[in-house]
Amino acid sequence: MDMNEIKEIFFQECEEQLAELESGLLKLNDGDRDPETVNAVFRAVHSIKGGAGAFGLDDLVSFAHVFETTLDCVRSNKLEPTQDVLKVMLKSADVLADLTNAARDGGSVDESRSRTLIRELEALAHGEAPAAAEAPAPKPVAAAPAPVVEKPPVNDEGFQPIPFSFGDFDDEPAGHYVPTVQIDFKPKKDLYAKGNEAVLLLRDVSRLGEMSVYCDMDALPPLDKMNPEEAYFSWKLSVTTEKGEDGVRSVFEFAEWDCDLDIRTIEEDVVGETADEEEPPMQPVPFDLSMLDEGASSAAGEEQAAENPAAAAVAAAETASKVAQVASRAAENAKAAAASAAQASQAAAAGQTIRVDLDRVDRLINLVGELVINQAMLSQSVVENDNNGTSSINMGLEELQQLTREIQDSVMAIRAQPVKPVFQRMARTVREIADITGKSVRLITEGENTEVDKTVIDKLAEPLTHMIRNAVDHGLEMPEKREALGKNPEGTVRLTAKHRSGRIIIELADDGAGINREKVRQKAIDNDLIAADANLSDEEIDNLIFHAGFSTADKVSDLSGRGVGMDVVKRSIQALGGRISISSKPGQGSVFTMSLPLTLAVLDGMVVTVAGQTLVVPLTAIVETLQPEASAIHSFGASQRLISIRNSFCPLVDVGRILNFRGTQANPVDGVALLVESEGGGQRALMVDAIQGQRQVVIKSLEANYTHVPGIAAATILGDGRVALILDVDAVVAASRGQSLRQDISLAATG
Amino acid sequence: MKKKVLTVDDSRTIRNMLLVTLNNAGFETIQAEDGVEGLEVLENANPDVIVTDINMPRLDGFGFIEGVRRNEKYRAIPILVLTTESDAEKKNRARQAGATGWIVKPFDPTKLIDAIERVTA
Repeated sequence: MDMNEIKEIFFQECEEQLAELESGLLKLNDGDRDPETVNAVFRAVHSIKGGAGAFGLDDLVSFAHVFETTLDCVRSNKLEPTQDVLKVMLKSADVLADLTNAARDGGSVDESRSRTLIRELEALAHGEAPAAAEAPAPKPVAAAPAPVVEKPPVNDEGFQPIPFSFGDFDDEPAGHYVPTVQIDFKPKKDLYAKGNEAVLLLRDVSRLGEMSVYCDMDALPPLDKMNPEEAYFSWKLSVTTEKGEDGVRSVFEFAEWDCDLDIRTIEEDVVGETADEEEPPMQPVPFDLSMLDEGASSAAGEEQAAENPAAAAVAAAETASKVAQVASRAAENAKAAAASAAQASQAAAAGQTIRVDLDRVDRLINLVGELVINQAMLSQSVVENDNNGTSSINMGLEELQQLTREIQDSVMAIRAQPVKPVFQRMARTVREIADITGKSVRLITEGENTEVDKTVIDKLAEPLTHMIRNAVDHGLEMPEKREALGKNPEGTVRLTAKHRSGRIIIELADDGAGINREKVRQKAIDNDLIAADANLSDEEIDNLIFHAGFSTADKVSDLSGRGVGMDVVKRSIQALGGRISISSKPGQGSVFTMSLPLTLAVLDGMVVTVAGQTLVVPLTAIVETLQPEASAIHSFGASQRLISIRNSFCPLVDVGRILNFRGTQANPVDGVALLVESEGGGQRALMVDAIQGQRQVVIKSLEANYTHVPGIAAATILGDGRVALILDVDAVVAASRGQSLRQDISLAATG
Repeated sequence: MKKKVLTVDDSRTIRNMLLVTLNNAGFETIQAEDGVEGLEVLENANPDVIVTDINMPRLDGFGFIEGVRRNEKYRAIPILVLTTESDAEKKNRARQAGATGWIVKPFDPTKLIDAIERVTA
């Protein structure tokens, strides 16, 4: 793993943290005061800051730092998370997301926005926190932590060990003044309890320069009275080092609270005097590091130890301390053995999830798709070759089929994800557009844990964003107007997800003005979409907004304008194999309902024959199937035919003719009619020659393997190995209308 | 023999950086995602030194350190705290909980290894 891969992981993690942050803030916004919620929010920002620091992403670090400081005030109850405070924080979360994206993909962030927010955050941390003086003052943007600019060399060859050698000091040029530092060091027992070790501290002092050491063992009681937890030794050290007093202090950085420590520099000429008169006899002793260091240094240590008898004294002192420790550890070990056995079993409980590369899952799904096809082919050839009727092979095959289906479902479940992240993104969209339009909006999300295939989720964000913008921009009224109408000045947008009969239903409801039918109708007439005298039902008028180039806003606003309308939304939903419909009540708001397949990998289809070809019609589009009777068929115009079903007329569409499988229309009485739901809620009867059966098929993209074919959505491989095309029902219906909506609608009106 | 380091941090990014840095420096590395997992892993890992974050879900660094210090078998292990806060208050709390020393994030490899060398034999 190299730095780039870790950076990639960092950005993935940022996305998760940002989602966590936003959902936490929204919970706080809803009045949740659980300390763990505040902690989670704080942690999210903290983690982003920590990682960003490691990669030298200064903008991100400095913004996260200010944000974190303010959050810390909330965490320590210095700042009450009121709605106003949370408004600033939610905006800050958005900016943090922008900064993260900018750090990943390049590009820039609206600097004035982040500067404004930094000021607001700082004001919150200072103004409303009386104890702010104690809290770390938020750094201004300019004062981003400077050291991180230099990228730490963490790559393979980057690690630089700290060289040290006893020889260094012998080479000091003569006459160069090197301070000598005297240290009185008496560890308390806490020092050992916290995992510090006197001998290691002595070792580190010895690395600074030439050291002499004296160990005071007077306090050591007889063995039977000795408490292994207690600290009995104290040391007097003297070291001559370039690094001086500060260098020595830094050695004791971790330990200074847990010992009596006196560090002072002595003048060179006084050393001898002091030592003679006040201090116990001390002479330079090369400190034996052989037990701590390996290799060359140990050899050097021993050599010197042999030359100097005083070393023996030190070694003895150390040995004593070691013995005491070993004894105490042995006692601990015995006690711990039983406890550790009991706890070992708990260790296995860790690790509930694993992370897998999406490519691997996709490959697995593809392979299972092949397996399903292969299993169907095998079944078919066994049935064809098996003349004896029932056999054990058949039973085995049935089991295989069941297993295959289960494997497929399980594999699909791996890729299923809750819609939560998309819904959360919508919260931001609502905030932004509410800000721009000056409307006050509350977004309520329900069923965000509803799961759907990841590929569907990925493609859901864009149409949803657009619809939400429309709902706030066009649907909701301005607060004053709402108040005048007796509504809550705060508009509500409700986003709901739920499962229904093998599909996911997503509803977007607003409590705004609803569709202005008069306006829509007039617009449609102006745009030549309908005849001026067309007689349309309310539902049909509402559905006009899905037609291309249709926009009811008087002026094209900055947000939902851009020439993109609901027709684009509808197309993207259809591209996902979904349907969208609208129902609206004037003065009460509109509800958009989207119905989407749970997966784009398999589909339940009806296998039909059309002019000798085998086609698959998605089952979800089919409302019912029927055998037409001659008396129910009515001719209309030159080539149009209608079928009367239960007192209503429905246009009859010959699939074979539309797809150019045959030149003339087939006789409807010879075939089967599939009643399908098409765009705009209207129904069509699709004529096919015969129904072969119903089965689950694996979707193979035509675009990826060949090219787009009008009227065909995709292809699949059937059990007998033949390729069958999957019908694009809406495209076929559209083609049957010949793009002439006007004629179509008048037809419907006739019916 | 390789020194064994147990790192406890909820951030995947930091875990990976620690892993790379420590492995490159010749340490054996074991990792846990939070204090609770840290205490679980500790039982069988028998590390020479522990490096832990403070802000973590389930069980934070302070709680984790206290847990280690209460453990008869492992209470003497040196524990280094990874902290972005260099302010005295946080350090002090970590110390009271029983931390041996600390490393200020963002750490560079030298600082990290140096601190580990300081508290291990």
